[in-house]
Amino acid sequence: MDLNFTAEEQAFREEVRQFVRANLPARISEKVLHGKPLGKEDLEGWQRILHKKGWAGFTWPREFGGTGWSAVQRHIFEEECSAAGAPPIVAFGLLMVAPVIMAFGSPAQQERFLPRILASEDWWCQGYSEPGSGSDLASLQTRAERQGDHYVVNGVKTWNTLGQYADWIFCLVRTKPDARPQAGISFLLIDMKSPGITVRPIRMLDGRDDEVNEVWLENVQVPVENLIGEENKGWTYAKYLLSHERTNIAEVGRSKRQLLRLKQIAAEQRAGAQPLLADPRFRDKIAQIEIDLMALEITCLRVLAAEAQKKGAAPEASLLKIRGTEIRQAISELTLLAAGHHASPYLPEALEDGYSPDPLLPEAHASLAGTYFNDRKVSIYGGSNEIQRNIIAQMILGL
Amino acid sequence: MDFQFTEEQTQLKDLLDRFVAKEYSFDARRKILEGEPQGFSRAVWRKFAELGLLGITLPEEHGGFGGGGLDALIVMEAIGRGLVLEPYLSTVLLCGGLLRDAGNDAQKGEFLPAIIAGERLLAFAHYEPRFRYDLHHIATTAKRQAADYVLSGRKTVVLHGGSADVFIVSARTSGEVLDREGLSLFLVSASAPGVQVRDYRTQDGQRAADVVFENVTVGEAARLGAEGQALAAIERAVDVAIAALCAEAVGAMGALNADTAEYLKTRKQFGVPIGKFQVLQHRMVDMFIHTEQARSMAYLAAVKVHSEDTSERRRALSAAKTLVGQAARFVGQQAVQLHGGMGVTDELAVSHHFKRLTMINLAFGDAEHHLARFSDQLLAKE
Repeated sequence: MDLNFTAEEQAFREEVRQFVRANLPARISEKVLHGKPLGKEDLEGWQRILHKKGWAGFTWPREFGGTGWSAVQRHIFEEECSAAGAPPIVAFGLLMVAPVIMAFGSPAQQERFLPRILASEDWWCQGYSEPGSGSDLASLQTRAERQGDHYVVNGVKTWNTLGQYADWIFCLVRTKPDARPQAGISFLLIDMKSPGITVRPIRMLDGRDDEVNEVWLENVQVPVENLIGEENKGWTYAKYLLSHERTNIAEVGRSKRQLLRLKQIAAEQRAGAQPLLADPRFRDKIAQIEIDLMALEITCLRVLAAEAQKKGAAPEASLLKIRGTEIRQAISELTLLAAGHHASPYLPEALEDGYSPDPLLPEAHASLAGTYFNDRKVSIYGGSNEIQRNIIAQMILGL
Repeated sequence: MDFQFTEEQTQLKDLLDRFVAKEYSFDARRKILEGEPQGFSRAVWRKFAELGLLGITLPEEHGGFGGGGLDALIVMEAIGRGLVLEPYLSTVLLCGGLLRDAGNDAQKGEFLPAIIAGERLLAFAHYEPRFRYDLHHIATTAKRQAADYVLSGRKTVVLHGGSADVFIVSARTSGEVLDREGLSLFLVSASAPGVQVRDYRTQDGQRAADVVFENVTVGEAARLGAEGQALAAIERAVDVAIAALCAEAVGAMGALNADTAEYLKTRKQFGVPIGKFQVLQHRMVDMFIHTEQARSMAYLAAVKVHSEDTSERRRALSAAKTLVGQAARFVGQQAVQLHGGMGVTDELAVSHHFKRLTMINLAFGDAEHHLARFSDQLLAKE
């Protein structure tokens, strides 16, 4: 056993660090480091920079133009990107639908969609959840009826992230209503410009309405050639996709970055004559999170190592999702508490591009409450932490 | 990055797994606990010596195998799983480690082969009444008298002190009670005039003793390491003990999780196995998560325990002891709760693992103590 990275892994880390340092635009990292909302051009811009380097497909096999990196390399890459303040990769195309197209799509579909995903020419979004089916995904109601060489799709999808930018949506639709819930579902790729699609923003508790949408599908015509794999086998593909959603699930790099910011704020804030960080009661809470994060990082690497030893995506990944999100929430909560009442002004203008706040005024803390509120989602999305616990109970503990 | 054990380590693990499963069943342990006056079995100890277990971490030139933190981890995890009562931690890891790190050639030559052969037992007499976990908080004195030292003081909760042939005693050769300088270590025979031992059973069925040293005279040859400079060796030895206890705790938690999952699958209430109730499933999942996180930190502790970078070593060990202590508390308490009434009886291994985990948290600094240490290091770094 050796908990140090190998010389090759260290060299790789250095290569990534150099590249990110030289190529990540300061305009973007400034937004990320200060918790400001990211726009389409920020997210796509960074992915295009990665694509030019040949790194956009950092989870992809070489045959489709990816890097063919090992799990440890991917971890290092993501950690370095996070630490430097790179925006997150928009998962829907590169990390979610692409592996499904690679595994189950026809050669024509692969040729048509994959290069455009890799180059960030198409923006994808996800059409899984519905108003009545969240965790119980198999209860979904959106219907697709075959009429000649088209499906006609009707239904409502929700919790659709950043779909306002999307060119394409991958949808789970019911093609056989009388079958048992998992059996009659198909996996369809739908052009967002199709007539009958309406995207409606949902305003969230942090005040923002630029993140999540409802997508209404009314008599939307979808060519049969956009069906992935076989009709009524969509559940299999959906499960495959979910098992690939696991990359970077623990978000250790992001949490490390946020922990640094927390320490910075705690060092700047005064409690009496001393910095807040000198107060052992507050400092112990930071120490606790740092210890938890250390344990998570090692656990994460253990799971990656086990996966590399080829057992595929392990159910242990659920553990990483649970602890990763709990720790992330603990950090954003403690950061809010560190700023104290300075975090209470609601100043959307301070979150805008180019606004440079006076570090002593509340604008400097304008993003903290929003981040805390927004982070409530992380224990809910991607399969709620309760669902993850069900998975561990059944798959690992055999209960 | 590599989480694999070596082939030798895997063989050691298999050997111990077999030993614990076959020869150290809960019933066998109970017989030892009730029947052996010293609270552990000399026959088992001899067997450990025959299997080479007592020399795994000790130097090759004295008959050991020169193993490191991960080898100790493998042994201690098995000890935790089987609730093993024999004095491995006190004799081999703590005292063997102190001799290895601080002893001169004569001392190593006298004691290490005897430890490895299972012929001599040693105990580390360090902590004192009223003083908590600060390792330099020592009032026992060792005063120079011509070529000799005269030791006086009281030591408490000396692990396996009742069966020890020899104590390694910390005492002040100079300085005040809270000074970091001025501590020395001495090898003192349990039968030396002026040594009084009061032996007792601990809450978890192990043994410890209070030891009084009243004008005990030892020669210069009994001093272990340089005079007044013992704190570094003590800290190192305690770090070894902390790493070992983290591993032992992971073994105990693993056993508790296995027992509890089995119980949830078989115990029926309201017509179904209670493991079908989601609230109990999720509790059990959290026990599993705590255990896996603790296992990660036990690995970290085992890998860093012999690091020459003192601040890195202590940061890792305090982090590990904190997280493992918290996990031990959660897993122990929940295992008892999920077993219901049966969990609070003496009949099942569950309550015994819970008691052992509770005592592990208290040994060499509890989670709060180590959290504070880690936390203070955070401030020093900023």
